[in-house]
Order: sequence, then C-alpha cells, then structure tokens
Amino acid sequence: MEDDVTEVATAPRTTADHAWFSVQVESMLPDLYGAAARLCRSRADAEDLVAESLTKAWQGLASLRRREAFRCWVLQILANTYFSQYRKARGGPTVDSMGADAADFSLFERLHQPILLWWGNPEQEFLNDLLREDLRRALDQLPDQYRTVVVLVDIQDMRYGEVAECLEIPVGTVRSRLARGRGLLQQHLWQQAREAGLRHDGTVEGETP
Amino acid sequence: MTHLDIQDCEDAMRVLAEHLDRELDQRLDRQLLEHLDSCRSCYSRSEFDRRLKAQVKDLGREPVPATVVDRVHELLRDFALPPIV
Repeated sequence: MEDDVTEVATAPRTTADHAWFSVQVESMLPDLYGAAARLCRSRADAEDLVAESLTKAWQGLASLRRREAFRCWVLQILANTYFSQYRKARGGPTVDSMGADAADFSLFERLHQPILLWWGNPEQEFLNDLLREDLRRALDQLPDQYRTVVVLVDIQDMRYGEVAECLEIPVGTVRSRLARGRGLLQQHLWQQAREAGLRHDGTVEGETP
Repeated sequence: MTHLDIQDCEDAMRVLAEHLDRELDQRLDRQLLEHLDSCRSCYSRSEFDRRLKAQVKDLGREPVPATVVDRVHELLRDFALPPIV
C-alpha cells in the first residue's frame, strides 16, 4: 500500500473527487476517530493519526479501484500507519509468544460456576454491571498486536481477510491473535472482577469495594 | 483450523468466535445454530460472548473532539487547493 500511495501521489484529482472524498470523510469520521483512539490510547496521537491517514488517503485516491471499498481502505491505511509508526517508535516487540494460554480463557466459564449460580445469573449480571471504563481499560492493556486485531474485527467489523491484508499477516495469524487478544481481555476483566470482590453478594473474595 | 462436523460442546465452542464474527462457512454455521438450539449451556455462553463483543464494539463510539473535527475540515480545505485540476 505504501508503494501505491507514493506512486500515485501526483495523480490528478478533480473537484468532483474532492467533493466525494469530503462527504465520505465526514460520514466515517466517528469510525476513524474511534479506531484511532483505541489504537493509540491517547487523544493527541489519535488526532495526528487521523490527520496523517486522511492525507495519505487523499494523496493515494487514484489507487482506490472500487470506491465502495473506501471505508475499509481508509481503515487499512490508518492501521498500517499506526503499525509502522509504532514499530519505528518502539522497536517492534513481538508478542506472538504471549497469551498463548490465554486463547482458551473464557470469562463465561469462570462466572458460570456452581458456587456463583445459586444467587442468580452471574454472567448476565456481570455484563449488566460492566462499566465502559473498565472494559476500555482492559482493552487498552492488551499488547499492541492483539489490540490492533481486536479493534479492527470487533470495533470496525472488518473481515479476517481484510485484517490479514491490512497488517500483511496470514489469516491464521489474525485468528490466533484475535483468540489470544480476547482471552487476555477476558482475563483482565476477570481480574478486575475479583479485585472488586464480585461485590454483589460478597461470596467471592472478602474485600470491600 | 480444520473444520469437521460439530458433534459436541467442545466442537461448538471451538467455532463460536468465528460464528459471531460471521466467518464460519454455511454448513458449520447451520450445525452450530442447531447445537445452540439444543444446548442451554452453550447457548448461554454464546449469548455472553455476543454481548461482550457488542460492548467492545461500543468502545469505538466516542464523541469526536471538536479539535479533531476542526483539523479534518482544515485538511479538507487544504486538499482543495492546487495542484487540484
């Protein structure tokens, strides 16, 4: 994609292109910012990332063959930009070895235990009471490579194949990162719940909130 | 990942995520739905995972700060300047 962008950087764009581009950008800005914010975990970085991605998109517009694919294409540029900058900035840590055993972790299974079941429906209660802030913190704690895949699939509704193409990794890697990312996310939530003492009935852990 | 038939809960839960992500092929998807229809425990887990996924999705819905909106509008104005033809 990088090559495409530079190759067509000087391609002429018409005022009609500009009008079309502006409308598309307006309508997907909340999506773009939402993805950027969860990838960067910082408002200032997210703002820069959105601006840089849109600049690349505009410069590379001629390489977009099917205009109905605009949304996915811009998200790919955004993820690519984030990933290449992250790797430059932090030396590209590999975390594929991490979280292997987390892939099978199921929060549902932890909550759905006989000891908890006597007082109702713990897993539903858990979700009803789950604070957006706590979930956000759990997501933000994920290693970069896992978080990226979770954000693209769960928040941006991208297909595994699109994510694979976008991050230049095999589809099998998308699957395994997704499984590990979700497993780790659920482990974080379970940890948070335990720290809070599953406070509804106090049967688990003795801590007061 | 090899996709054999879904014969028990373990098989079902192995493909649950792909089902929720709409990545499962039709045949397995139908088998999974049949299993979920007849297995209360797997159905509950499926609903739990579905709701959690929806709540994660919701994290992407953040109000766009005014500074971002302004900056994007400024960018779009810049894009309209020459060398446009």
